[in-house]
Amino acid sequence: MLSVSEVDAAYGRARVLFGVGLEVPAGSLVCVMGRNGVGKTTLLKTVMGTLTPTAGRITLDGQDITRMPTHQRVRAGMAYVPQGHVSFPQLTVWENLQVTLEATAHRDPSAVDEALDVFPALKEFFKRPAGFLSGGQRQQLAIARALITRPRLLLLDEPTEGIQPSVIDEIENAIERLHREAGLTVLLVEQYLDFALRLADSFVVMDAGEVVHAGAVEELHNEEVRRMLAV
Amino acid sequence: MGALANQLPIGLSIAAVLLLIALGLTFTFGQMGVINMAHGEFIMAGAYTAYLLQGFTSQSFLIALPVAFVVAGLMGLLLEWSLIRRFYGRPLDTLLLTWGVSLVLQQLARDIFGAPNVQVTAPGWLVGGVDLLGVRLPYNRMFIIVLAVLCVVGVWVYLTKLPQGRRMRAVVQNRELAGYSGIATGRVDRFTFLLGSGLAGVAGVALTLVGPVGPSLGTFYIVDAFLVVVAGGLGQLRGAVLAALALGFLNGYLEFWTDASLAKVLVFVAIIAFLQVRPQGMFVLKGRTLV
Ligand SMILES: Nc1ncnc2c1ncn2[C@@H]1O[C@H](COP(=O)(O)OP(=O)(O)OP(=O)(O)O)[C@@H](O)[C@H]1O
Ligand SMILES: [Mg+2]
Repeated sequence: MLSVSEVDAAYGRARVLFGVGLEVPAGSLVCVMGRNGVGKTTLLKTVMGTLTPTAGRITLDGQDITRMPTHQRVRAGMAYVPQGHVSFPQLTVWENLQVTLEATAHRDPSAVDEALDVFPALKEFFKRPAGFLSGGQRQQLAIARALITRPRLLLLDEPTEGIQPSVIDEIENAIERLHREAGLTVLLVEQYLDFALRLADSFVVMDAGEVVHAGAVEELHNEEVRRMLAV
Repeated sequence: MGALANQLPIGLSIAAVLLLIALGLTFTFGQMGVINMAHGEFIMAGAYTAYLLQGFTSQSFLIALPVAFVVAGLMGLLLEWSLIRRFYGRPLDTLLLTWGVSLVLQQLARDIFGAPNVQVTAPGWLVGGVDLLGVRLPYNRMFIIVLAVLCVVGVWVYLTKLPQGRRMRAVVQNRELAGYSGIATGRVDRFTFLLGSGLAGVAGVALTLVGPVGPSLGTFYIVDAFLVVVAGGLGQLRGAVLAALALGFLNGYLEFWTDASLAKVLVFVAIIAFLQVRPQGMFVLKGRTLV
């Protein structure tokens, strides 16, 4: 479904990605792993069009999207939940969802209900500015926002990082259901080995802006691969 | 005492015009980080629109308000689309660029309408005034005040209730996330320019009620409008309203006691003193907001 090949990317003059390649087949869950600062977030941002690659190609279902503006990628079926449970802090929870719905092509209000079925707790905070929610609640809101766009490919950047343990399970279970039951294709950045082992079909390991290893999830038991991930 | 009270509608109407002008500046700064030096020329464009329309029908003045909004708004949109958007993230370049555009537009007005000032005749129903509790309330000043109140209410409704305004607030609060939410941020930027410039055009029409129209009309107000933006806290409706009121009154009363240029100097000193105490402007919010 998503194919990234030989992509270089940079923040201004600071090059961060060097010839990154990645395949996300339809219906799969691919996990991007690696230590802090190796370029995982940068890769996702490049896939979403926040950074334009200085070289290489990104395709979605065979269509070249390397230079497509971000909002069109969203319309094409990609959704991104950024790292750090971000939201529009001074919009209420309801406005956060509504503003996303209004930007979709389908504009179907039942998409909001479907997203709230995944995280029913959000309904209690409808009138509250998102900035007042806890990190875990904001992350649920962020995933709900992504679901409202009715994505075919969901990009998640360390979805459980810095979140209180009680909510981690809820979020992990939601991701599992979306992938297993609803058949959503997922590209996941994750540092927790357990979660990756449970869900991923395949994984890539990044180091210093390059993919240093790619393989099926069974290889995660391999000592050498584990060493690459050790902090 | 009576004379002092009579300054009230004058101060309020100055505040009203400043506010209409400052809204556009504060939005474009809050959302795009652009300081638009050509904003004053949208005021001028609005004023000349009223000048051109006068005499066509008996209600030309009222018709001029929406027409000026569209004319000035489209000028702003064109400026954003043709030039400014290529310079986002480079504030100094935009400053110089829009300053150049400002000079060009003033020269253009001189070529089209001539250098001398022209006059717009106020409609009959805005001539004169009424005495209330010993205070003279001129109709033209009252009209400007009502107009500004309506515009501010309109902007507030737009920002808080309508989808377009919601999108605008989303872009201000987190541009990157707005893109991930499917919002076409470039289009929202263009629309913000349209709205802000349009309001300046409306302010221009209002100004024809209290003075002549000339190619440099905008330059008289733009500095004060910038002061409102700075004192009010950047990119905020609430702060802009209060700062415009404070500045309008300060201007009105100081002019009354001293003279126009000394009043300006005193206002400047007052603002610098205020910013020493509160460098962030009147309100500080976590993150950016418009409302
Ligand atoms: N906005 C930016 N401007 C300049 N350099 C940046 C920017 N964001 C990240 N970098 C640099 O790019 C490199 C990769 O950062 P990135 O955020 O992609 O890492 P990451 O793998 O997601 O790390 P983490 O696990 O901590 O989230 C780092 O060296 C970082 O310092
Ligand atoms: Mg990261």
